Amino acid sequence: MDLSVILALDVLNGAASLFLLCLGLAIIFGMMKIINLAHGEFVMLGAYATVLSTNAGLNIWIAMLVVAPVFVGLVGLVIERCLIRFLYGRLVDSMLATWGLSLFLIGLVTTLFGNTINGVPTPLGGFEIGAYRSSWYTIFLVAMALAMMALVYGVMRFTRFGLVARAVMQNPGMAATLGVNTAHIYMATFALGAAVTGLAGGLLAPVSGITPVMGSAFVAKSFITVVGGGAAIISGTASAAGLFGLVNQMGAYLTTPVYGEVILFLSAILLIRLLPQGISGRFFKGTL
Amino acid sequence: MVISRRHFLRSSATFAAATLASPAIFTRGAFGQEDPILVGSLHDQSGPIAASGVPMVESLNLGISEVNAAGGLLGRPLKLVHYDTQSNIQMYSQYAQQLAVRDKVAVVHGGITSASREAVRPTFSRFRTLYFYNTLYEGGVCDRNTFCTGTTPAQTVEKLVPYAMGKSGKRVYIIAADYNYGQITAKWMQKYVKDHGGETLSVDFFPLDVTNFGPTISKIQAAKPDLILSALVGGNHTAFYRQWASAGMKSQIPIASTTFGLVNEPSTLDAAESDGIIGAYGYFEELTTPASTAYVGALKKASPSIPYISELACGTYEGFHLWAEAVKKAGTIERMAVIEALETGLSFDGPSGKVTIDHPTHHTTRNAYLADVKERKWNVLETYTDAKPLDTAAVCDLVKNPGDNKQYEISI
Repeated sequence: MDLSVILALDVLNGAASLFLLCLGLAIIFGMMKIINLAHGEFVMLGAYATVLSTNAGLNIWIAMLVVAPVFVGLVGLVIERCLIRFLYGRLVDSMLATWGLSLFLIGLVTTLFGNTINGVPTPLGGFEIGAYRSSWYTIFLVAMALAMMALVYGVMRFTRFGLVARAVMQNPGMAATLGVNTAHIYMATFALGAAVTGLAGGLLAPVSGITPVMGSAFVAKSFITVVGGGAAIISGTASAAGLFGLVNQMGAYLTTPVYGEVILFLSAILLIRLLPQGISGRFFKGTL
Repeated sequence: MVISRRHFLRSSATFAAATLASPAIFTRGAFGQEDPILVGSLHDQSGPIAASGVPMVESLNLGISEVNAAGGLLGRPLKLVHYDTQSNIQMYSQYAQQLAVRDKVAVVHGGITSASREAVRPTFSRFRTLYFYNTLYEGGVCDRNTFCTGTTPAQTVEKLVPYAMGKSGKRVYIIAADYNYGQITAKWMQKYVKDHGGETLSVDFFPLDVTNFGPTISKIQAAKPDLILSALVGGNHTAFYRQWASAGMKSQIPIASTTFGLVNEPSTLDAAESDGIIGAYGYFEELTTPASTAYVGALKKASPSIPYISELACGTYEGFHLWAEAVKKAGTIERMAVIEALETGLSFDGPSGKVTIDHPTHHTTRNAYLADVKERKWNVLETYTDAKPLDTAAVCDLVKNPGDNKQYEISI
């Protein structure tokens, strides 16, 4: 009984981490159709922002929840102005450019901060359920995933910016004729996606070892989750993250972590074969 | 005196040749500009393994400047020819060829992972270039052209496992990185657990990009071991120690590791997350012997931002000096003469203590140290003097079979 509660927490934790990691990519890739191979490096930048500002004496919660997203959001803004804005509608070119960007960011961070492992201690501590232990931070991650879900949904569904952004992504020509400055909307949306990714980096910083190359561990998983989720950024990403989180964590528990990864990728292939439009293309049509 | 025409021609030709050659003779003799002896280096200065590679190259630079300050070798200065292999095996093969064929170096020190060593070792055998591999590894290399100066499992894991089991208990859970090193080390751990009357509950391997250890932590809790043996590797796997501590398991089950602390893990993790983790290596930066203090001081002075100085760097420094001693003894840099000098059981008193070449295996007999983490530093608890590379000695005898050239998989 205790074990099953702990396992359920593991699954929730896996799904929540995956959702947080993918939400920014869902905005940039799912919505804007930019293949952002530097996604993992945005996560890495968020983690570095958290570690450096915590080490400089800032409160860890402010570092994670404010510094990381604001910093990576600003980086995203600069990158959009200097690189991405020339590449809208050019899927393959954006892939090449962001791959170069990811190499550049890894090189830059290595040069600045060296190639050693960094990190911040995990706040909050642990709790007991019967003979088993888990950490409060796990619960906090789940809560943050739910909060981000609500926040992004709120922004996209109820604000003027959200409405305009969705319109621009669906039909930029029409939106422009209606007087929308599409260039600004693209810029703001990309920065928003980067900020959300930076937040994920900040939130994962206390539970990971932080190196300049850490991003590569997240890119493939993020992409299969977003592709598996389909076009709808919230319902699609959330359902895919839930499914893959469950498959990965239970697979790792029941077999070994090696097979856990294999099972995850096999189930992703199967899912995309059965539902080429992703989960939301079949089940949550027309939702966000 | 009668001068024949032939004699005249011969002597004037000799004179002309001597005059032409004299500038070279004069500059060399007069200004001491002997051709430097080239020492090759293949270490990763960028990419994921750079944190290990940087202190290794710095150690080579330090060794070379020491030898040069003392007048060089055989009256010639030493010069480092270094290539950054960028954590890329292909670069290793390419630069190994360059060092052997184009630069014609006297010796190569290099290779960090076992994969990189096996990529370059055949090249150096083929082109008859002496090769030193200075990293701790899983053991078994048997090659007359190669000297392995790092520790092998018989020198460290063999001490670590019984010590940790004695402290905590005999039911052991093994977690290891899923590649060559982790797989073979996990086998050694199982052997030593069994040899000392313990029981291995489970062996879990992790691909290098696994970052979420939640399910494993639950699984370990369900298995209730007395001790965890870890051969996890790299930045992503550092997450395990963090997640383990945040679940409150740190105070429940102790951890001993063959990899923890080779880069800078103790100074990265919080004291509460790392205190008490046990490790065993051929060297710790925290050793307080005069040789160790001098070495660490010199290295930090030469390169103030250097990461943690582990066995990797120290082994490289000692490997270099062993080679230099052998050149002195042989009186030449010619490969076979140097190998034979090394095979006489040459030794060097390095920062880690006395390091002696073992002729049959071309490995080293050297001290091993056991330490636990205390306040983000290693606290050396035990010293095992003159630990022998017994694992490799079980399969490799270069005295009997000098032509042997392969890496044995030691059956455990």
